Amino acid sequence: MTESGPIDVIKSADEPSAPPPVALAGVSKRFGATQALADVSLDLLPGEIHALVGENGAGKSTIVKVLAGIHQPDSGAVVLDGKAVLLHGPAHARSLGIAVVHQEPRLFPDLTVAENVFTGHAPKGRAGSINWREMRRAADEIFDSLSVRIDSGAIVRGLSMADQQLIEIAKALSVEARVLVLDEPTASLSAHEVERLFAIVRQTRDRGVAVLFVSHRLEEVFELCDRATVLRDGRHIVTAPTSQLTAPDLVRYMVGRSVSLFPRSAAKIGDVLLDVHGLTRVGAFRDISFSVRSGEIVGLAGLVGAGRTEVARVLFGLDRADAGEVTLHGRRVRFRSPSAALRAGIAYVPEDRHLDGLVAGFSIAENVTLPILPRLFPRLFTRSSREHSLAAGYVDRLRIRSTGTNELVDALSGGNQQKVVIAKWLATNPRVLILDEPTRGVDIGAKVEVHRIISELAASGLAIVLISSDLPEVLAMSDRIIVLHEGRVSAEIPRVEASEERVMFAATGQIAEDASSGE
Amino acid sequence: MASNVAVGANARRRVGALIGGFARSRELTLAVVLVALATLVAARAPNFLASTNVVSVTALAAIIAIAAVGEALVIITKNIDLSVESTIGLVAFVVAEVLKQHNLPIPAAWAIGIGLGLALGMANGVVIAIFRVPSIVATLGTLSIYRGLTYWVANGHEINSNDLPAGYTDAASRSILGFRIGDFQFPGVPIFVVLAVFVVIVAALALRYTVPGRQLYAVGSNAEAAATIGIRSQSTVFLAFSLCGMLAGVAGVLWGMEFGQLYASSGTGQSLAIIAAVVVGGVSISGGSGTVIGAAIGALFLGLINNALTVLLLPQEWLQMIYGAVILFAVSTDALIQLRSQRAKARSRIR
Repeated sequence: MTESGPIDVIKSADEPSAPPPVALAGVSKRFGATQALADVSLDLLPGEIHALVGENGAGKSTIVKVLAGIHQPDSGAVVLDGKAVLLHGPAHARSLGIAVVHQEPRLFPDLTVAENVFTGHAPKGRAGSINWREMRRAADEIFDSLSVRIDSGAIVRGLSMADQQLIEIAKALSVEARVLVLDEPTASLSAHEVERLFAIVRQTRDRGVAVLFVSHRLEEVFELCDRATVLRDGRHIVTAPTSQLTAPDLVRYMVGRSVSLFPRSAAKIGDVLLDVHGLTRVGAFRDISFSVRSGEIVGLAGLVGAGRTEVARVLFGLDRADAGEVTLHGRRVRFRSPSAALRAGIAYVPEDRHLDGLVAGFSIAENVTLPILPRLFPRLFTRSSREHSLAAGYVDRLRIRSTGTNELVDALSGGNQQKVVIAKWLATNPRVLILDEPTRGVDIGAKVEVHRIISELAASGLAIVLISSDLPEVLAMSDRIIVLHEGRVSAEIPRVEASEERVMFAATGQIAEDASSGE
Repeated sequence: MASNVAVGANARRRVGALIGGFARSRELTLAVVLVALATLVAARAPNFLASTNVVSVTALAAIIAIAAVGEALVIITKNIDLSVESTIGLVAFVVAEVLKQHNLPIPAAWAIGIGLGLALGMANGVVIAIFRVPSIVATLGTLSIYRGLTYWVANGHEINSNDLPAGYTDAASRSILGFRIGDFQFPGVPIFVVLAVFVVIVAALALRYTVPGRQLYAVGSNAEAAATIGIRSQSTVFLAFSLCGMLAGVAGVLWGMEFGQLYASSGTGQSLAIIAAVVVGGVSISGGSGTVIGAAIGALFLGLINNALTVLLLPQEWLQMIYGAVILFAVSTDALIQLRSQRAKARSRIR
């Protein structure tokens, strides 16, 4: 492995000589074409809160899953008290004292709080039956020690996200946890709830537990954490005490991913096709305004959970807005369903691959024509020749590698399947195309291809909204970049002024001046 | 010249794809197993190939196949219809009762049977597509309701073939295309089989080459995604149940022709056989894939097993167990295949 980034590991002077309770030693993990982790080492010390930061897709979640026993490393190992162990699964990891609180609480909504806390290790009575009273008491004791008030007899369904998160933490602490892993625990919490959570995390640390705190909110890293590790593209970039780091340092470590080059041909920019003004959906995003012109690619950048997909879902009629206006081609629109949006000329290639809806067992042609069947064949009966010639046009244009439009989509590679998905939406003849993470999970060759396609589509006069977590992609493809931070537009950056630092600063809610002064 | 070469290559590729598709297809595998099993049984029990036996095997298989085509439409949309056997029973009894009471021509009996089946299927469709009751619960209810109606209509009586017009009960034994060359006599093809083949072909073509046919697969494959491209899954599901009821009506009329003797309980237990036929025929219970041709071959396969037990003098009690085992085997292989393809997909896509 060659080291591509600036690597400088700063070690604290008073490093303890005893082995850390938990460490990762040279862990690598690959999923298909993606190297999720490459030779990452990390140690977690008792009585320390260790921040793990990085862009979307930097490998943070993979580390959490390796520690939780969900993924096993391809090489390298999880090291417990100096001994490499193979974690067989989540239960095994838990039994070894590694407690993981996932980003989304994974509770049983119809059971009580106490039952959830003691799932799998409920206190037993004499006959081996569950001792309910003891379970309630023990749960109350944990909540008391965290100085929070939750009725342990309440049913979980209906409790707030924050309370559910606390139940997860209580669950983690109900076994003798030596390591507590928190995966972006503040993503859905209010400021007050975050404070309460921080108090609990500090208290847990002071009891000698090693805490790994995964976050991309830099202010939290500095407020809460003792040391920080930055990952980029699955590689370890730096580990240092937070006292020796500044926010601009962190941002610079986070950005600078390896760039693949792709063509962006200049397009003639025309009239405004899509105009969004003051769009608000309670709990998702607020007061979003931007416009997209014909021939223009507007990038929507932001961290996971910033509200990008939520905006797209409203524009496509999958969700409703609570306030604001959308104007399409000069006419105000308000879609009640995706089919209304499709008719009006908006197409949305979803991020969620489950929604892409390729029908296995259907040929390329049959999949491509699926959204327009009634329009294409108003007289009920389909005609293969028409279908295939239409599909052949897209196979050509998008360079879908196949044995012909008859080939079943199941037989295609991931990248080519993604092209069929794009072809399917193009068949609806849209004027505005929203692409949500169009290159996630496809290999580098297919990625370049998708970029070429997007570029050509813009050149043909489409207005394109490109949602992507891949910073170099957004920078290279977009004419303008709208950055969202926690449901609001935090910056609008024209192509010429855009840099990774600037986008990342806006995405993490930092003030842009820091970036320019740091350069 | 160049274009000729291209066309030739394209045609070759098409043929190649077709052969490849067949080799992988459940339909072909099942057909091969079917022939092998038939050969084996015929070798052990010569009377298996006697024309009376062949006619009786194929007649029942044809009835089940027609109902299985309807059931396949429903299962392709990721639903299930447990009530088919009650629809068959009710239609068979009502048609016979009407023929017994009134002097009606046979085509009128057909119209009544098909119309009643369609109405019962639409009733299922309303409950499932409009009131959004899960189909397994809704049709469990109508399985019982339709059977109850039959008991109510029968009112403690049964119908004998003597009560029915000869033109009705004779139909089952009629065949076409019979011929004789010297000593060799070909008994012809039973008209039930002709009818079943006709239904299967029409349904297969409709599924592949009509807009609603396509949408049936899309809804079953991923209803949520189908909705994002403007397919109304509720009407698609309603259509599937209506057609399933209609085909069960056809099967019901044939049932009356075949057996003549009808009880309020006629057809009980057949839903299991019909669903087994569909599943064995390669229609995925999780929706979105499979063909009606497969379902029909599945029906013939189960009919063959049924008959094999008789001619080989094996205990008939095994039948239920064999049907059950066949369902489990078919569904679990499907699940395995699905798991494998999902894993492959995850490997190629997920970060």
